[in-house]
Amino acid sequence: MATRPARDLTGGVDDPAGATTGAEDPVRQTGPAGTATGPAGAAAVLTARAVRRAFDGRPVLAGVDLTIAAGEVVALLGGSGSGKSTLLRVLAGLDADATGETRLRGTAAVVFQEHRLLPWKRVGDNVALGLTGPDVRARVDRALAEVGLADRRRAWPAELSGGQAQRVAVARALVREPDLLLLDEPFGALDALTRLRMQSLLRRLRAEHGFAALLVTHDVEEALLLADRILLLDGGVIAEEIPVDLGPADHRAERPARSPDQPGFGALRRRLLDRLGVPAV
Amino acid sequence: MVTASPAAVPAPPDAGPRRRAGRRWWRLVSPVLLVAGWEAAARAGLLAEDKLPAPSRVLTTGVRLAGDGTLGVHLLDSLTRAGIGLLLGGVLALVLGAAAGLLRIGDDLVDPPVQMARMLPHLGLVPLLIIWVGIGESLKITLVALGVFFPIYFNTYAGIRDIDERLVEAARTCGLGPAARLRHVVLPGALPSLFLGLRLAIGAAWLSLVVGEQVNAQTGVGFLMMEAREFSQTDVVVLGLVIYALLGLLSDLALRMLERRTLTWRRGLRAT
Repeated sequence: MATRPARDLTGGVDDPAGATTGAEDPVRQTGPAGTATGPAGAAAVLTARAVRRAFDGRPVLAGVDLTIAAGEVVALLGGSGSGKSTLLRVLAGLDADATGETRLRGTAAVVFQEHRLLPWKRVGDNVALGLTGPDVRARVDRALAEVGLADRRRAWPAELSGGQAQRVAVARALVREPDLLLLDEPFGALDALTRLRMQSLLRRLRAEHGFAALLVTHDVEEALLLADRILLLDGGVIAEEIPVDLGPADHRAERPARSPDQPGFGALRRRLLDRLGVPAV
Repeated sequence: MVTASPAAVPAPPDAGPRRRAGRRWWRLVSPVLLVAGWEAAARAGLLAEDKLPAPSRVLTTGVRLAGDGTLGVHLLDSLTRAGIGLLLGGVLALVLGAAAGLLRIGDDLVDPPVQMARMLPHLGLVPLLIIWVGIGESLKITLVALGVFFPIYFNTYAGIRDIDERLVEAARTCGLGPAARLRHVVLPGALPSLFLGLRLAIGAAWLSLVVGEQVNAQTGVGFLMMEAREFSQTDVVVLGLVIYALLGLLSDLALRMLERRTLTWRRGLRAT
């Protein structure tokens, strides 16, 4: 696993011991520690501590702590303007004005709500952006095949539909073989049917690649279908942490995938909606 | 002066390729009629020979001057001046425009004086330039360079500023450093704007040349016209005008072809 040096946003002293021992890392998120890190003993791929960010003096993040274990899918839920996307941008290293500490062990890739493909590069070149090595072409072809777009390598982004473009964006992230996928409402701009297809695509890819993911979403159902654990962002902090005990999210031969029809799903959904302030009808 | 031509505006969606081609031919009718009317009026003696000679007369004069090599020499000199001026002014504008567009300190230092200088009509600087650089070759080249500078500077600046910040961010998450972002995001993103700047600049270059070559030139198309005026060779004067027009037209056409080849991705954009 490629190890990127810890990013210390405060510029303070970094603890070298903490960087090598993931499980014993003293930096922990709030909430019940036992359920927090997914598979027991798995090293944390991402640790964030006391992340703060204010816009014009108005605090949006007021000390967020979170840990994501290797291979774990965590959904970040929150109302509009709760700072979900701000937090993801901080974790992606795109926000220079945030304070706190984030530590990424391994590599991360980002999928944004908009596909953000470069319009002047063909689909294949977009996926290959920043890649080096002799086998780039083969890796790109494989990634495009995985999202079902093997035949669109020579297409321009403008020739793709919204769902196809977003699949290319997923391929662009995937081709880097990230340890952590940061997803910022990746299916938010898609129509309902395409969103369902994208969700099952993501489940399949996760089963095959085993990456960890932080999924920022405002869709409670999406969070329940895809995540191992749900974090609620409210008032600038992780206000609540809810493990999703609905069985593994991915589809395997011996059992069907997680679905909204299974027992417990509705209750959990109601609980989350209550927490988000959506009244029952 | 060549400006962004109306052909760059996309045709209305209902116009099929066939109808569009038909309409283009239709647009030729009035120019052809005008030239034919001009010719007829000249032959009928309605236009005085020394005021406006017939188009056929201008054409034969052109063929004669091209045949004895006079035209070639003058044309080459004019083209050289335009080329050197375009290169000097263009490179300077590109460097300063990029500095102002990319760096905050560049923006603060470079842009205010350029914005001030923009208000000066550069052709009005001729008296001052004569004092500064004399009446020789450097005057013509300086004038062209000045004319070229502003459209390229402003379009470079605007092209860089208009790049979608989110694309730059996405490139960053793909591990692209500043140099790679410049190459893969900023340059291609600013290219359409750079082409527009270049087209406007070439128009400005010809315009500057027309004025510059009327000041103490010994060669060049402008000199040819000034000399002809002294001998009342109206046909040569008109020929010079036609050559200036053709130069503008051809350079614009060449640039548009280059643009179409370079910016293929925009055609995909239009197709959807």
